[in-house]
Amino acid sequence: MNISFDKLDKAFENRVRLQIMSVLAANERYDFNSLKDLLNITDGNLASHLKALEKEEYIIVHKSFLGRKPNTNYEATDKGKKAFKDHLDTLEQLIKQQKLA
Amino acid sequence: MEETELQNELASIRSIMERSSKFISLSGLSGILAGVYALIGAGLGYELIHDANSKFEDLVSRIRMAEPVVTTTPSFNRYDLDYSSLIWKLFAIAAVVLLASVVTAILLSSRQAKRKNQPMWGAASKSLLFNMMVPLITGGCLIAVLVFFKLNDFFHPYYGLVAPASLIFYGLALVSASNFTFGEVKYLGICEIFLGLYAACLPGHGLLFWALGFGVLHIVYGARIYFKYDK
Repeated sequence: MNISFDKLDKAFENRVRLQIMSVLAANERYDFNSLKDLLNITDGNLASHLKALEKEEYIIVHKSFLGRKPNTNYEATDKGKKAFKDHLDTLEQLIKQQKLA
Repeated sequence: MEETELQNELASIRSIMERSSKFISLSGLSGILAGVYALIGAGLGYELIHDANSKFEDLVSRIRMAEPVVTTTPSFNRYDLDYSSLIWKLFAIAAVVLLASVVTAILLSSRQAKRKNQPMWGAASKSLLFNMMVPLITGGCLIAVLVFFKLNDFFHPYYGLVAPASLIFYGLALVSASNFTFGEVKYLGICEIFLGLYAACLPGHGLLFWALGFGVLHIVYGARIYFKYDK
């Protein structure tokens, strides 16, 4: 069986998007600021990648207020979780394949 | 993509999943130090109790000398021995030990957090704290009830339960927090719970169990974390 790089999810080609999905796979929900601190990137950068994942319907946004401050939480959808898992499986198989070769 | 690149990718995913959900910057060294503080505190507490007891025996023997045959209740009461001040002194020692341990843990863990590139006050540490505080505050309230409950000025039937209750609730706090940090914390918690239950069977040895639970167990656990993760 030959697995090509085409099978890797295009949405995860970008490192930040993959990292965001990793965080949301390990946690029920994660808020914007914690994500920003963890990944060490700027507001704008993070927001644009979150938008992209939202467009793919890999994540959903929960907006609420903590007192007066807006608090935005993100959660992975089932579709997103499956895509992430498939992506990891493909990565794993690629590694195996290259070891055999 | 090269093989090593793929593997790096997987490794970085694994690391970020761990760093996002678990506070892996808990310092092992701070565990060891907390254990040492607790042993010093227990030592001081033992001295105080020993002093108070020998004063008590002294008093009894003096009374016996004065009236060799004790026919009625002894002509002294426990106010002669200031037990309430002893309790407060022990309480003060416990508070200082607790404060020193918490401060040490915060300082050393924030140093670790910097080194491991994990926010000190992030989602992981918040979940850790919240899951710890629920059993801890419950236990704290219960212990306050145990301490202040008395049938009369001499009889505090629940004093003996303070040490077991503190160990049990601390253990429960650790077990509940363990999902958000190293797995070892769960086993430390279970050991504390067992120790607390055993302490409940042996009233009057509270200080010994405190020294074991908060001193020895912390040192053992801290050393394990230190050698496994601190470096």
